[in-house]
Amino acid sequence: MIEALGLHKSFGNVNAVQDVSFEAHDGEITGLLGPNGAGKTTTLRMLYTLMKPQRGEVRVDGFNTATHALEVRKRLGVLPDARGLYRRLTARENIEYYARLQGLSPAAIAPRVDELINMLEMNEFADRYTEGFSQGQRVKTAIARALVHDPRNVIFDEPTNGLDVMATRSLREFLKQLRADGRCVLFSTHIMQEVVALCDRVVIIARGRVIAQGTADTLRWQAGESNLEEAFVKLIGADAGELE
Amino acid sequence: MKWFSLPAIVVYLKEMRESLRDRRVLLNALLLGPLMGPVIFLIILRLAVAHEVEQAEKPLPLPVIGAELAPNLISALKQADIQVLPPIEDPEGAVRSQQRDVVLRISADYANDWRLGHPAQVEIIYDSSRREANSQVQRLRNVLNGYSQLQSAMRIIARGLSPTIMHPVVIAERDQATPQARGAMVFAMLPYFLVFTAFMGGMFLAIDATAGERERHSLEPLLINPVPTNSVLLGKLAAICSFSLVSVAISLAAFAIAGYYLPSDLLTIVVLNVGFALRALPLMLPLILLISIVQTLVTAFSKNFREAQTYLGLIQLVPMIPSLVLTILPFKPQLWAYAIPLLGQQLIFMRLLRAETISLVQSGLCTVTTLACVVGLYYFAKRIYASERLAISA
Repeated sequence: MIEALGLHKSFGNVNAVQDVSFEAHDGEITGLLGPNGAGKTTTLRMLYTLMKPQRGEVRVDGFNTATHALEVRKRLGVLPDARGLYRRLTARENIEYYARLQGLSPAAIAPRVDELINMLEMNEFADRYTEGFSQGQRVKTAIARALVHDPRNVIFDEPTNGLDVMATRSLREFLKQLRADGRCVLFSTHIMQEVVALCDRVVIIARGRVIAQGTADTLRWQAGESNLEEAFVKLIGADAGELE
Repeated sequence: MKWFSLPAIVVYLKEMRESLRDRRVLLNALLLGPLMGPVIFLIILRLAVAHEVEQAEKPLPLPVIGAELAPNLISALKQADIQVLPPIEDPEGAVRSQQRDVVLRISADYANDWRLGHPAQVEIIYDSSRREANSQVQRLRNVLNGYSQLQSAMRIIARGLSPTIMHPVVIAERDQATPQARGAMVFAMLPYFLVFTAFMGGMFLAIDATAGERERHSLEPLLINPVPTNSVLLGKLAAICSFSLVSVAISLAAFAIAGYYLPSDLLTIVVLNVGFALRALPLMLPLILLISIVQTLVTAFSKNFREAQTYLGLIQLVPMIPSLVLTILPFKPQLWAYAIPLLGQQLIFMRLLRAETISLVQSGLCTVTTLACVVGLYYFAKRIYASERLAISA
């Protein structure tokens, strides 16, 4: 369960995020939808404690990020916008490093890493240095290390960025699997079809503000459109794309 | 929690493992950095000594104008291994155009003056701004002075007097420089090589660990693990220090070995041996800490690898300042000088080389002030690491 309450963040004169509030529930996939530059990444960074909101607060499973940052981090699995790997470590070693940082007991590390490698179908490249990995292999490794501590809440920032069709499909299946496990899944995207295909709830964000949220059906109803894409364009305003 | 599960240790072990797989880091930390100093040193010293010896021993070619006027003088020159050459046209021009190092001209009145007992003139034509010719000029001057003194002594004896009347005052020199101290002048750059090695040892790791991680977008995911940023910083610093320490240790060992291969006349005047290495190493420890923190701070402020490399390259020149100052303006170090990090250590290393005693106050003062800087800079680095801007990739 992730709750954002009245988040506000500005850089200099630019108000990146203004009064953003929403909830992401367990057992659901929540999509943060918005054009590039809308404030999605900044919002997510506040959720996963990398940035401090200037106003408002974030709670993860009831823990406040401002006062219990380490507790919050233990409960989160994060695939940030930055997903660099260590080139001179193998994929397996990259994942093991994060397992140790998450404080897994030495005996638990190897079985857990094997489990993830099987689940994400990484066996072919798990023991190669990550230098020269394809985008899909990188993302898989980054996801595996984000989930190594079996977190209840998962935050993915634009997870399908740069992936080909097959990789995107398998990633979507993976997100559904995480939902089926009863986890709280929150991901950001600027791609409408992604939201349609996956999300139980949608939060639409533009120019740093939440302009609509609810189930896909509610949003269609709010905009009076039968097609979600039309609804999206209507809600964010036709000029929102120029924000890029 | 077991010791190896402590976050700082986890970070440390990972940094070490990754660096040990990096050929560039290894090359710099274990080979280039530590061995460059000793090798350059040995080569320069050997060349310098070989040059001096060569100059002193090989026959000195000397064009002489008017040789027929002074046959006795000429034979004295020949006995001193000076090769008397036929006269040349325009000796001043030949020296100025560097065709000749030195030319001797015997005055046309020489024979006449000699017979009358007047001072007979010879001219040495040379260019004092040419350092490489100076030793030859000095050699010729010594031979001529020797000849002149011998002749005057003989004239005095011929008049029934004692030659000692020519020396109402006798100067005896008592140089208080210990032989080691004279040798140490040659070694003024040695402390800089040690500090330089400490810089080189950890440099690539320092860049990789902060600016490199950010550039490759791995810092943000790292910092959102449930680990205090302090532990991440500590682990990285420890890894940088380890490489730096190994570099310095190799360098000191190499210097100690080089000490035994020094030209024999220097070997007796400077203490460069295992004892020096063992005493210098603990003094380097606080400096290694200081350098690794400075490197980490600098790379935290750099946008990328290249920028970090440029800044660190410039900072590397800073420790050269005390060495240069000590070489160009040798001053008598007061106690406060030992309290300045870098300068203090370099002064102590010079004393060690000169086989002088070092008081506990001197070494303690320089260690304490260096450690104080380490603590101050560490808190600064900690704040930088905790700031949210650090992780965000450009």
